[in-house]
Amino acid sequence: MIPVVTALTIGDVVAEASFALTRDSLVRYAGASGDFNPIHYRDDVAQSVGLPGVLAHGMLTMGLAVQPVVDWAGDPARVLDYQVRFTRPVFVDATAGATVAVVAKVGAVDRETLIARIDLTVTFNGATVLGKAQARVNLA
Amino acid sequence: MSVNPELQGRVFPPVAPYLVGREKVREFSRAVFATNPINHDPEAARAAGHEDIVAPPTFAVVVQEATLAQLLAEPDGGIDFTRVVHGDQRFSYTRPIIAGDELTATLAVTSIKSLGGHSMVTAESTIVDAAGAHVVTAISTLVVRGDE
Repeated sequence: MIPVVTALTIGDVVAEASFALTRDSLVRYAGASGDFNPIHYRDDVAQSVGLPGVLAHGMLTMGLAVQPVVDWAGDPARVLDYQVRFTRPVFVDATAGATVAVVAKVGAVDRETLIARIDLTVTFNGATVLGKAQARVNLA
Repeated sequence: MSVNPELQGRVFPPVAPYLVGREKVREFSRAVFATNPINHDPEAARAAGHEDIVAPPTFAVVVQEATLAQLLAEPDGGIDFTRVVHGDQRFSYTRPIIAGDELTATLAVTSIKSLGGHSMVTAESTIVDAAGAHVVTAISTLVVRGDE
């Protein structure tokens, strides 16, 4: 079930997924994480700081974006290192929600340590929202 | 007020230990769309060689949070919370977080840089288990916007 590291080629797409976020998703993440910044659930507060409306927690986007990689690797414990840069907000409309799409590609393979670097492209409304999104995955 | 450059290199006292509850891991897993059975089902986790369910890779932020609160509350830090934007985040694991772990986090400010009127504060929270062994280091770069 574990992906075979020697069969991986740089650029291979190993996983793809899209996530439909609603305001409910943000409230759920606020409760689970303890991040109750009101810009993630109150339009009036978001607008008072110059945003068009409520946006998703960056850490929610980071958290869901790695899940296709976890499922590909078969075990969350295989993710040794995970990093992102937050480059654009994900605005979550009160009625329409927001869809975040994730494409996971092989960025590098170390055939000695059997660790693969998986690069994530994470987009909302056709624009990337995370930069340098990389997970190092143990395939030993 | 701007960020105090003397924060660089400062190491904070460890925060109170965090006991990782199984239901908290499940709750967090649901919130980040983690559907892998190893995140939810102790039997699936044990079958994969873990003592209990495994937390998602970003769960460490829950443990890290108290250390960032310390940083923002530092009296001479000069970090205005209302001007803080999360720039970068990284988690580097020695081993995964497992339900039942008692984790202690210690914050160090590793770098402060100025960039175009903003300050970039890099804070590293080293998280160890009850035996003192390293579990994960959570690294955040906070962008503190300068005065307009």
